Amino acid sequence: MRSEVSSVGKVSPQHFRCQEPLTLQNGAVLPKYELVYETYGTLNDDKSNALLICHALSGHHHAAGVHADEDPKPGWWDACIGPGKAMDTNHFFIISLNNLGGCHGSTGPRSINPDTGKIYGPDFPNIVVRDWVRSQAALADHLDIKSFAAVVGGSLGGMQALQWAIDYPERVRACVAIASAAKLSAQNIAFNEIARQAISSDHDFANGRYADEGVNPDRGLGLARMIGHVTYLSDHGMGTKFGREIKSGDFDEADNVEFQVESYLNYQGQAFTRYFDANTYLLMTKALDHFDPARETGGDLVEALRGTTCKFLILSFSSDWRFSSQRSQEIVDALVKAKKNVASAVIESEHGHDSFLLPIERYTDALGTFLNRCLAEHSGADS
Amino acid sequence: MTLRGDLALISKLINPNARVLDLGCGSGDLLAALQAEKAVNGYGLDRDPANIQLCLSKGVNVIEQDLDAGIGNFADDNFEMVIMTDALQAVRDPRELLRQMLRIGEESVVTFPNFGHWRCRLQLGLKGQMPVSKHLPHDWYSTPNIHLCTTLDFEKMCEEENIRIIQRRVVNTRYQEHWTIQLAPNLMASHAFYRLGRPL
Repeated sequence: MRSEVSSVGKVSPQHFRCQEPLTLQNGAVLPKYELVYETYGTLNDDKSNALLICHALSGHHHAAGVHADEDPKPGWWDACIGPGKAMDTNHFFIISLNNLGGCHGSTGPRSINPDTGKIYGPDFPNIVVRDWVRSQAALADHLDIKSFAAVVGGSLGGMQALQWAIDYPERVRACVAIASAAKLSAQNIAFNEIARQAISSDHDFANGRYADEGVNPDRGLGLARMIGHVTYLSDHGMGTKFGREIKSGDFDEADNVEFQVESYLNYQGQAFTRYFDANTYLLMTKALDHFDPARETGGDLVEALRGTTCKFLILSFSSDWRFSSQRSQEIVDALVKAKKNVASAVIESEHGHDSFLLPIERYTDALGTFLNRCLAEHSGADS
Repeated sequence: MTLRGDLALISKLINPNARVLDLGCGSGDLLAALQAEKAVNGYGLDRDPANIQLCLSKGVNVIEQDLDAGIGNFADDNFEMVIMTDALQAVRDPRELLRQMLRIGEESVVTFPNFGHWRCRLQLGLKGQMPVSKHLPHDWYSTPNIHLCTTLDFEKMCEEENIRIIQRRVVNTRYQEHWTIQLAPNLMASHAFYRLGRPL
């Protein structure tokens, strides 16, 4: 039985201006900061139905609905958030924020450094996943939410969900990590480094001070995005989507042929430079690379997860090679060894890493069923 | 919830709060019952998407994993009981899986349809056809059951493998333990249930 599926409709961002200083993992202190966020659904009386969304590398707070009626596209996770959807706003109060260091309204490299009165740019401190989780906890305090029914994220967002379970066991009842990993593989770090090199070797990067100089490293940032896109799709998925279709030109005049896949990547790369900040891209990829909760427990992930108390759902996709199912299986194995409640599924999909953003029926069914069951168990309406 | 006969038998063997692994857990009925009644820390492995979805709806710790890919990812002595109901005959390497089950669990419970049952013998011996029955409902060309055995075969392998049979129960098609079955188990039992341990 499925309730009617629809959109959360028109939403508007809100702002949390935190005046409490935040000491970061590296010792740097942000004297104050701002987080932009959106909420969907209604917080219940005992504030037990809050669900936190953590975004991935290029994500932001606008996860569902539209900002204006004429918006051509809804939020980035609209496939999974809304009335009757996997993260059901009929049941959950969903919070989605732009992470610290982001470029969509939260304090980040584009913000003014209060110490200098100038744009932070490359001087914005390095952020690690734990710093995000701490700032998200401050947002939860601000909203008077003592514990989350669930913390949910894909990719880098899944890492934040895991960190939540580790750092605030008393504040998380369910952790969902989708297409994620307990740490990046060498190959994954390698792709990030190529993307960073693409940005920093662009002349217009200007050592990160491009904003001061009135330029933008469009070529480098666009190239970084193109590399990312290739790794988020699968060979088979690209074959299905583009094949060898030609966008323009013809093979008899071989010098002006443009394949559809080239056109797509060029478009995506260029579009990205209009809304994303290069310093944020560097910051986010470094946070991805550095994430490794087991580093603090001598490389032992089981030990790192020992203190967690929530239920876990670990989802991955068959064709995702950037965050393969094996990485998810490592999390599952560690959780089983640590005697934690965990369920997992490997969803058949040809869409690679991008699958976690798509309305794949088996995926959304699994996610929705798990979350609704967790909420029902807590409210005593156990079936 | 009323458990299927063989699952009810298994449920009786499980201690409260035990750590249990169910290989090929299907729709998760056994684990759901064990979680509710005995507060076990239980996990089920399955590879069928529909089964996994059913398990999720019951709040069962289901892990998507193909038994034919092995269970080497589980640590030694990680469970008190490792269960496998009616999957032994369908896996690629049942002997290796049994070894693994007793590596990661202190004890194991294995159930399987007995190919020595008189109905099977009758169908093959007199009719000259591969047996089809309630427990073995598939035609030869589409059966998942690639390693069928009799209770004698199974016990012979246990002896060779130095696997200790702690308990054996043999039942008819309605999962009843009738006295006639005990007279000639390999002929009369349609289904067998073994509780296994490592050598003493």
